[in-house]
Amino acid sequence: MSGPVQFTCPVPLAVKDRIVLGHGSGGKLSAELLRDVFLPFFRSPILNRLDDQAVLEINGARLAFTTDSFVVKPLFFRGGDIGSLAVHGTVNDLAMGGATPLYLSAGFILEEGLEIETLRRAAESMGRAADAIPIEIVTGDTKVVEKGSGDGLFVNTTGIGLVPEGVRLSPSLVRPGDRVLLSGPIGDHGIAILAEREGIQFSTDLASDCAPLHGLVAAMLAVSFDIRAMRDPTRGGLSSALNEIASRAGVGITIEESAIPVREEVRGACEMLGLDPLYVANEGKLVAFVAPHAAEAVLAAMRRHPLGSDAALIGAVTDTHPGLVLLRTPFGTTRIVDMLPGDQLPRIC
Amino acid sequence: MKYLDEYRDPALAHRLVAEIRRSVTRPWVLMEICGGQTHTLVKYGIEELVGPRIELVHGPGCPVCVTALEIVDKAIVIASIPDVIFVSYGDMLRVPGSHSDLFQIKAAGGDVRIAYSPMDALRLARQNPQRPVIFFAVGFETTAPANATAVWQAKREGLRNFSMLVSHVLVPPAIRLLLDSSANRVQGFIAPGHVCTVMGYEEYEELAARYKVPFVVGGFEPLDLLEAILLLVRQLEEGRAQVENQYVRSVSRSGNEAARRRMMEVFEVVDRNWRGIGPIAQSGYRLRPEYAAFDAERVFGVEAISAPEPPECISALVLQGLKKPVDCPVFGTRCTPSTPMGAPMVSSEGACAAYYRYRRHATPVGAQA
Repeated sequence: MSGPVQFTCPVPLAVKDRIVLGHGSGGKLSAELLRDVFLPFFRSPILNRLDDQAVLEINGARLAFTTDSFVVKPLFFRGGDIGSLAVHGTVNDLAMGGATPLYLSAGFILEEGLEIETLRRAAESMGRAADAIPIEIVTGDTKVVEKGSGDGLFVNTTGIGLVPEGVRLSPSLVRPGDRVLLSGPIGDHGIAILAEREGIQFSTDLASDCAPLHGLVAAMLAVSFDIRAMRDPTRGGLSSALNEIASRAGVGITIEESAIPVREEVRGACEMLGLDPLYVANEGKLVAFVAPHAAEAVLAAMRRHPLGSDAALIGAVTDTHPGLVLLRTPFGTTRIVDMLPGDQLPRIC
Repeated sequence: MKYLDEYRDPALAHRLVAEIRRSVTRPWVLMEICGGQTHTLVKYGIEELVGPRIELVHGPGCPVCVTALEIVDKAIVIASIPDVIFVSYGDMLRVPGSHSDLFQIKAAGGDVRIAYSPMDALRLARQNPQRPVIFFAVGFETTAPANATAVWQAKREGLRNFSMLVSHVLVPPAIRLLLDSSANRVQGFIAPGHVCTVMGYEEYEELAARYKVPFVVGGFEPLDLLEAILLLVRQLEEGRAQVENQYVRSVSRSGNEAARRRMMEVFEVVDRNWRGIGPIAQSGYRLRPEYAAFDAERVFGVEAISAPEPPECISALVLQGLKKPVDCPVFGTRCTPSTPMGAPMVSSEGACAAYYRYRRHATPVGAQA
């Protein structure tokens, strides 16, 4: 054969006209959906901030207000269940705004045929989780859909909380030089859930990290108000949380791979499945952006709290590569940590 | 993590890097064949470490990327049939066919499922005897033994509702194609460690002798690849063209004979179309006539589907090392992992996707440590 090998390529696909699972992954597709479908019609300056919670000034009080829906499969997993998750998830969204959680609503979409005992277990778990915080479930709703129209049980919770005087958390406050603190090892929830799903055969003792973070946040705010922003890296993982802040604040973020805590079980599972822990979901972790002078004190406060005992300084905010998150490898090289286009896909080999 | 951290040790890596830099007296162009190796090289920034005199060209060894457009179209047709359960490795779902991808078929109501092993598909077939279950058997020689075993087992059990859409491709014919090209720049190859775990490396000895090009069978961790690069550089500097085995913890010269026996019992070698490359003679597997009842192409009558691949992107030049992904005018703009225009942007193991994900800052930002 002579001459260069002739390679050709396929044309790109037309614009997607249906919802695919990736739209729910918390990555780029989710962001596109917000930008193209919702925001143009809802036209709220508060919503446009795209924070985990809306902070509303009402008669001098600053209320945090947030909603979240829970569609986890399986409903019950090691370390939690859809009930505790529905309480903790919304409480954490409030906590990321610095708010003290006050009241919760609970909406249930039930599929015809769901065992009442299953619902009872989920409700009991919700009640227990709410009591422990404490947050009061003060209103609710139930709907039933025909068999096949839902997946057993979907839960929505909406929460309100009070933001203490002087507390102001927002990605727009993040500045170059700020330190990035992570409250503990990443990936526990996503891997624990994956291990219990049909079709994937590996066994682990790993439990979800599902936990309410308001206590940890209060402990951090008790030592300094110079915390600029916080995120709980749920779906989309740490990488999505960092990318969101980088693009929202117009700053660069550099993190150290060797500083990011990851449990052995999570690393092992990710190696086997071809996943990256940076993209795996958490339900009881937070990442905080803290002014340099306050970082040490806040980190110490985190480590004193049971939910932050493995907290670590993982990086810093820079002005050199706005909008990008870079990771320094243990070899001294750097690479981009991007937001995923959709769901993280297991690789062939 | 035991058995992995040893191969990611920064101090040992820097020792190997120093040794590579000491050994190099002039520029060399090396190709790693396997997409898994590309992924590691790009993820750890190994090109930065080894210095400008060693150029790494990313080979065609990403099975997802090179799966022919027509096969993806066939998969889409089959997965759209009511009642069918279509089972695939995860990263095939996002691969664009001519007009759609498997994710969109799933969104439109198709029962498309992700599995880690063909045995999962076999289990689904047993559990759903009234529904056709199809496994999308993509990959190089590495995944062939497990896929062959699934079909062999299905035949033994008399599972009538199980079939396989086979799209296996083979490494040596692709290397031959590259080396026969007058535009070839590659002077040494890192041979794919997991392919050789199955196949051994006698085939590569023939290639090394015929083309006077050195090969090192390499693993997938950073230290594996650095050691493979060092061994290749030494061969090139000394004027040798042999096959050396760096990945001794997995690969022997004769490979896994039991696995190959099973493969050859179930599969036969055929010509195959490679996406972005075109037809390569005797470069893939299909099911033998004795297993025709398990061949999804026959079962669903999609053998005749063909799909022309319009020339759009420069993957030709990327896969030959004539261009880097960042040299492409549409790289990172019109062509991204969300909107792949070409094969190497499709899977995370593809050269363009790996660059996009980890290294697109290299040019604009220059944040080099």
